[in-house]
Amino acid sequence: MYRALDVQGFYEQFHSEDIIMSYNGNANGDLLNNLIHVAQAKLAQVEPKSSIRKRVFNILVEILQNIYHHYGQITIKDFPNKESITFVFAKTQANYYIVAGNFVLNEEIPALKEKIDLINALPAEKLKRVYIETLGNGVISEKGGAGLGLIEIARKSAGKLSYEFRLFDSHLSFFSLMVKIPADLPAAA
Amino acid sequence: MENFFLEETSKTPKLSFDVSTGKFLMSGRSIPENSIEFYKPLLEWLDEYIKKPCAKTEFDVKLEYFNTSSSKCLVEIFRRLEKIKGAEVVINWFYEEDDEDMQESGEDFKELIDIPIIMSVIEN
Repeated sequence: MYRALDVQGFYEQFHSEDIIMSYNGNANGDLLNNLIHVAQAKLAQVEPKSSIRKRVFNILVEILQNIYHHYGQITIKDFPNKESITFVFAKTQANYYIVAGNFVLNEEIPALKEKIDLINALPAEKLKRVYIETLGNGVISEKGGAGLGLIEIARKSAGKLSYEFRLFDSHLSFFSLMVKIPADLPAAA
Repeated sequence: MENFFLEETSKTPKLSFDVSTGKFLMSGRSIPENSIEFYKPLLEWLDEYIKKPCAKTEFDVKLEYFNTSSSKCLVEIFRRLEKIKGAEVVINWFYEEDDEDMQESGEDFKELIDIPIIMSVIEN
């Protein structure tokens, strides 16, 4: 169940005033930290409800830290833009949108795609079971990831995860993930 | 053995673990990129504490946010406390009234951890 995400089309659906912040360029740990700080400050300005603010902030942190934990996986020497990312944080009347993209090795795609498709196929109650099971049994990876991030994002966003892999060359693709978070209604269990 | 204390930062919680009273507190936010590195000293401290615990250990968890790698570390912390035998252990899980996500996280831990977790609403 591949969910095509047309990133260009995604940008076009927004009015410029919908974009809370966006970033396009090389990233490092400090920059990701700064993005988290700025996003948090912006969120405090636009969202009056503390429960929604917390939920959106949580997802922002997971998404940006997922990118952080992916650092160093791409070791192709002659590709200076391997740590290039895109990040868009937007709000329409009904929803918040977070889109984040980073390069991945083509060989990483099948496992990542399989994982997201599996998460998207699970109903909310099953997703909760998988989350609790992973929390109880999963081993924390060397880089600090616990394999829980995407499950958590899916649980809190209460929608399917949209994604896109855009082939860049024989080694790399650009992976984009989009999450939609309702701004008014609480997410389903 | 000394108390374990750390001031909170923008990414890590306040940790106040008192060995003489058995009053433990974690408050603020826990969103470090590398949670294992952050929590390792506390886990080592707990390994010592559980050898000679207080008659009652009461752990207040008052978190505003935490990331998923911190949630793994929370499981590790709770698992240490599960090992305490012959002494009382209780976890107070605090959440704001309208914070369903934090409430649900507490419920998740309840399913995994064999220690009473008392859900406590923080009045707004």
